[in-house]
Amino acid sequence: MKKFFAQAYLWLLLLLLYSPILIIAIFSFTEAKVLGNWTGFSLDLYRNLFEGGVSNAMLRSVENTLTIGILAAILSTILGSIAAIGIHNLKGRTRQAVTFVNDIPMLNPDIITGISLFLLFVGLGVTQGYTTVLLAHVTFCTPYVVLSVMPKLQQMNPNIYEAALDLGATPSQALWKVIVPQIKPGMISGFILAFTLSIDDFAVTLFTKGNQGLETLSTFIYADARKGGLTPELRPLMTVVFLVVLILLAVINIRTMKSNKNKK
Amino acid sequence: MAKSEVIINIEHLSKSFGDKKVLEDINLYINRGEFITFLGPSGCGKTTLLRMIAGFLNPDSGRITMDGKDLLGVPPHKRPLNTVFQRYALFPHLDVYDNIAFGLKLAKVPENEIETRVRKILKLVAMSDYEDRDVTTLSGGQQQRIAIARALVNRPKVLLLDEPLSALDLKMRKDMQIELKEMHQKLGITFIYVTHDQEEALTLSDTIVVMNEGKIQQIGTPADIYNEPVNSFVADFIGESNILNATMIRDKEVNFIGHDFKCVDSGFGENNPVDVVVRPEDIYFTESENKCQFTATVKSCTFKGVHYEMFVETDKGYELMIQDYDAYDVGEKVMLYIKPQDIQVMKKERTANVLQGEVIDSETIEILGGKFPIPNELEAGTEVTVEVPFDKVDLVDDAESAVLEGEVYFILYKGDRYHLTIKTDEGFLWVDTNDIWDKGDLVGINFMEGGARIVE
Repeated sequence: MKKFFAQAYLWLLLLLLYSPILIIAIFSFTEAKVLGNWTGFSLDLYRNLFEGGVSNAMLRSVENTLTIGILAAILSTILGSIAAIGIHNLKGRTRQAVTFVNDIPMLNPDIITGISLFLLFVGLGVTQGYTTVLLAHVTFCTPYVVLSVMPKLQQMNPNIYEAALDLGATPSQALWKVIVPQIKPGMISGFILAFTLSIDDFAVTLFTKGNQGLETLSTFIYADARKGGLTPELRPLMTVVFLVVLILLAVINIRTMKSNKNKK
Repeated sequence: MAKSEVIINIEHLSKSFGDKKVLEDINLYINRGEFITFLGPSGCGKTTLLRMIAGFLNPDSGRITMDGKDLLGVPPHKRPLNTVFQRYALFPHLDVYDNIAFGLKLAKVPENEIETRVRKILKLVAMSDYEDRDVTTLSGGQQQRIAIARALVNRPKVLLLDEPLSALDLKMRKDMQIELKEMHQKLGITFIYVTHDQEEALTLSDTIVVMNEGKIQQIGTPADIYNEPVNSFVADFIGESNILNATMIRDKEVNFIGHDFKCVDSGFGENNPVDVVVRPEDIYFTESENKCQFTATVKSCTFKGVHYEMFVETDKGYELMIQDYDAYDVGEKVMLYIKPQDIQVMKKERTANVLQGEVIDSETIEILGGKFPIPNELEAGTEVTVEVPFDKVDLVDDAESAVLEGEVYFILYKGDRYHLTIKTDEGFLWVDTNDIWDKGDLVGINFMEGGARIVE
């Protein structure tokens, strides 16, 4: 009996957590314009989404979201990995200090990051648009990459870099042939993390997208909702986005589980 | 082999990390084809020295030359030597074959030659069937063989080995020692080996370099080092020994444990304090009154496999360790003698603490960073040298309340007292005491009243 209640509690909690998403997902299979009306099962919204017919603006916002996400993930993975190697080779207090500085942007509320970047770009007189959003995303993603690469460096035998040099590798050859393969799992996790963070972001994007008409998915939905009523095609779109993120998260978790098992 | 030419020459090498001197004026030459071992306790500078030869560290001053050419300034990947690391440092993302081929591929050796060389070296380390294995699936001993193969396949002129066997269990270590020795003889290249294990050093080496506190203590063949240690540190570090305070009465006659003994050493002056080392297997039991030099009572007797190890208290109250094939009962009175050639007389490294200090006021002198109450009539700020006998230093448990804090760094039992080396933040102190301390203990240091004497 006790066990039954424990189980029931867990499922109730999960249901509560996921009900908003669940509702969107359920109502993505009906045609009604207003969320909450069930007008019978239909895949029309999905068809509209993939075959066009929906506003160009929405698809463009999806495209922006994805390209910014991928570019930001690539750039922050490169920057973050190099930074992690640098931090790893620092000593004692300097290392602590730099790690601390790296942690701040992650704890800092998005809205503050957004406003400070906005002020920075305005102060520098930069026209805000695609590039500034990309730069902003790289800024807040990089610390996460550093955080996921660091443990790989710490697990690494400190002598293997020297072993590579000893066997005749130049420092850059040693980096590519020995260090990078060792930290690759961390870099991939960091890349996926950065990508999900980037497509997820609203606050920072809102402040850095400027007024040239650039929209990512989140800012598009925001603007759309303020115009009155959500475009119905957003429902299947959000369902798809949710599934993609879910799969990516599952991949990250399986990877860490596997690497933990390998260690044992 | 002793006459062959020099391959590596090290001159006046020094290195400090911050204020800490890790190596102090190291001078050393290594012959071609020699198996040389740097031996010493952890922190003695042996690994630092090896890393400088490999090129991972640069000295503050001094020179390292190889075949007459300066090695310093040559980056590690251009030095014609290879290293076997302490924890193997194999590349976990590569299989056995690719690990070994790593250096050859970088050197752009043709593919088919790489293959023959890798095969050949795998045969040498007896790992022929393991080519395609993932290195992480290998046992410690197997990984060690691959690490050795990976270094040797590049045909280095010199092979550096940094405590390569320390992670293996005893049985495996013994087997690998024999194999390493065989490889060395077969290949004829120079091996530079670093270890803290004196037995390993004695088994493997042509030459042993004993190091402590960043300085070379003694260089010699294993037999030299064992039979004729130059100081009490070497005597204690290599093998079991009785190290005793002694007085050189005149040439070939020495007094210790309250008795006069004939010995073979001379040149230590007359009535000079010296150290004497007697190996436990060199103290003999006798039944004859004529042979007997001193008597003792057996305090303990333990069987050690081949011999018995006994502790005896001599007629004058000194404790000695004796190893013998026969057992004697605890409490039994025994007659003992020592042959003159088995007594090794050594110069004392120091007879008292000689310390630099600065006068703070008429009551206080600052020494090693501690403000010691020493009455004086000197002006404040005067630099002075203070002498403190070993037995005038008082060690207390409560480090906070004492003038200076230190750590017990090294313990030597001298038959009737302990001779401790105490490490403080700014230098070393030596203390004679009857109290029992453990290595690593934190101690408070005071000078006994009237113990410190201003020399100049």
